[in-house]
Amino acid sequence: MSALIRVEDLTRVFDVSKPWLNRVLEREPRALLTAVSEVSFGIEENSVYALVGESGSGKSTIGKIIAGLLSPSRGRVVVDGVDLDRETDKAKIAAVRSDIQMIFQDPYASLNPRWKVRTIIAEPVTVRGGDATGLPERLLEQVGLAARDADKYPHEFSGGQRQRIGIARALASGPRIIVCDEPTSALDVSVQSQVLNLMSDLREELGLTYLFISHDLTVVQHMADKIGVLYLGTLVEEAPRDRLFEDPKHPYTQMIFEAAPRMDAFGREAEPPKGEIPDAINPPPGCPFHPRCPIAVDRCSQERPRLREIGTTRVACHLAE
Amino acid sequence: MSTPVLSLRDLVVEIPTRTGVLRPVNGVSFDIAAGEILGVVGESGAGKSMTGNAVIGLLDRPARIVSGEVRLLDQPIQSLRGEALRRLRGKRMGMIFQDPLTSLNPLLTIGDQLTETIREHLDVGQSEARERAIAALDEVGIPAARQRIGSYPHEFSGGMRQRVVIALALCAEPELVIADEPTTALDVSVQAQIIALLKRLCRDRGVAVMLVTHDMGVIAEAADRIAVMYAGGVVELGPVREVITRPFHPYTGGLMASTPGASKGMRRLRQIPGSMPRLDALPDGCPFHPRCERAEAACRENPGPSLAACDGRAACWFPLTEPKEAVS
Repeated sequence: MSALIRVEDLTRVFDVSKPWLNRVLEREPRALLTAVSEVSFGIEENSVYALVGESGSGKSTIGKIIAGLLSPSRGRVVVDGVDLDRETDKAKIAAVRSDIQMIFQDPYASLNPRWKVRTIIAEPVTVRGGDATGLPERLLEQVGLAARDADKYPHEFSGGQRQRIGIARALASGPRIIVCDEPTSALDVSVQSQVLNLMSDLREELGLTYLFISHDLTVVQHMADKIGVLYLGTLVEEAPRDRLFEDPKHPYTQMIFEAAPRMDAFGREAEPPKGEIPDAINPPPGCPFHPRCPIAVDRCSQERPRLREIGTTRVACHLAE
Repeated sequence: MSTPVLSLRDLVVEIPTRTGVLRPVNGVSFDIAAGEILGVVGESGAGKSMTGNAVIGLLDRPARIVSGEVRLLDQPIQSLRGEALRRLRGKRMGMIFQDPLTSLNPLLTIGDQLTETIREHLDVGQSEARERAIAALDEVGIPAARQRIGSYPHEFSGGMRQRVVIALALCAEPELVIADEPTTALDVSVQAQIIALLKRLCRDRGVAVMLVTHDMGVIAEAADRIAVMYAGGVVELGPVREVITRPFHPYTGGLMASTPGASKGMRRLRQIPGSMPRLDALPDGCPFHPRCERAEAACRENPGPSLAACDGRAACWFPLTEPKEAVS
């Protein structure tokens, strides 16, 4: 199986200790936060792989590592056969890097307010010394804006239009892979559907591969081919879209599916899930989900479950079948 | 029918600016009965939060109510100011904001904040207030309330903080609670807990709740009735099941259809073209007509009909009752 992106045993630890003097005086040990813990998955070319999870699940950290904005503590990211941390040929790395671009959540914070739209969109090309004449205008039309918008500033656009500018900038270097971190979370529903449709169209026209990061299950269900569910930095379940939604195996996946508000659940009186995501600095031993899990047994608090395959699903649970 | 707890009639809020007068709330009318949750839904700029703030008297100057009526159990309150308003707020009307971190005072323990509110509005002593505060925290599901009453807001998680805010809104036993996007900042599993809590409190204590949110799923699960707002006005109002399963207003229909969950199996989502008009550039006629696929000349020339003209359900000249074409 040749995936375009392979992520192997990816781990990222953040040092969130107090300054060393405070640590010494208060006799406190270093505090390490494991944001991502031994996550492995592969993304096929021209597919949409979605990472879902609640806050603190590590989904954005994985996206940033793949986009090159963070480096992994352990494990590796292999894109198109190039190991981004061990490859010594600078040219190869540069080629892969320009193949990966990112779309951010907040279209108000991710565009430089002092730059004209033309400069913003051309930056990924000009920063590498390329010639971007005419490129911003062409891209603006491709994302549904007008060529003359290149002379405007970001504040002249609405949220949905700004996200289109963000997409145009991501496309400027002609990437094959786009990491989308909550691309529509800041947008209203009617605008969200416009942006999601645009992203689907671009994927078909340009043969793009998306890593789609979201907390919104309905959006993920619409966009993704394959979905990975994260909990406290670990991949607890991964399955093709329809299989995941029809037959979720992991108790956590079942819990968030059950808890998500639904438009057809009038006056539902379901028992809401118990507890909250635990502290990532002192994660529970064994399976990270066991304190909230309705079916946990003794083994779950001692032994961390490995991902195992059940049909096309991979699930990290001792009891799933 | 008994007197509604909250009754709005043609409420208009204006903001004078250098370039003209903006109307973020333009003739809103609805009632909320005791023990009822009214879901107010709309996209950003629709005027839903502004309506809630106008009711509870939290409009920031220069925004002000210029006409219309706000009645709390038949008593007009829109012109109350200063001390009279302050006595009402907290005692008879509680407010739950979106971000629990910014709506609590970080320098006071939650116990201090609760007892302060309770003693302000109820005639009780310090120890009685403290007992009530513990009971209030217990009721909203904070474990070990007696031990945690001395904690500061930063010692709680987001979900627990929102529970504290709810306890604070309810501790003086108000008749009306305005919840402005109470679950938007929370994760889905915690959101489900908070919705269940709001529903239980509303049912057990007969509080009228105005639930402001942009999330149709939350409204469907929590609300009894729904008011859909667009560009400062209520465009559709009715029982939640009827409005969601069979919307009358084209905007409600479009909003439903563009939610990803509603178009399962479709490669493309239905979309509403364009975006909500800015308040300083409202189109003539019905404010939705430039984005509406059913719009005709009448919609450009006449403002949208009031809800009263359409059996109180949808403010539209051509509602989706008799489909002109196949509209899903």
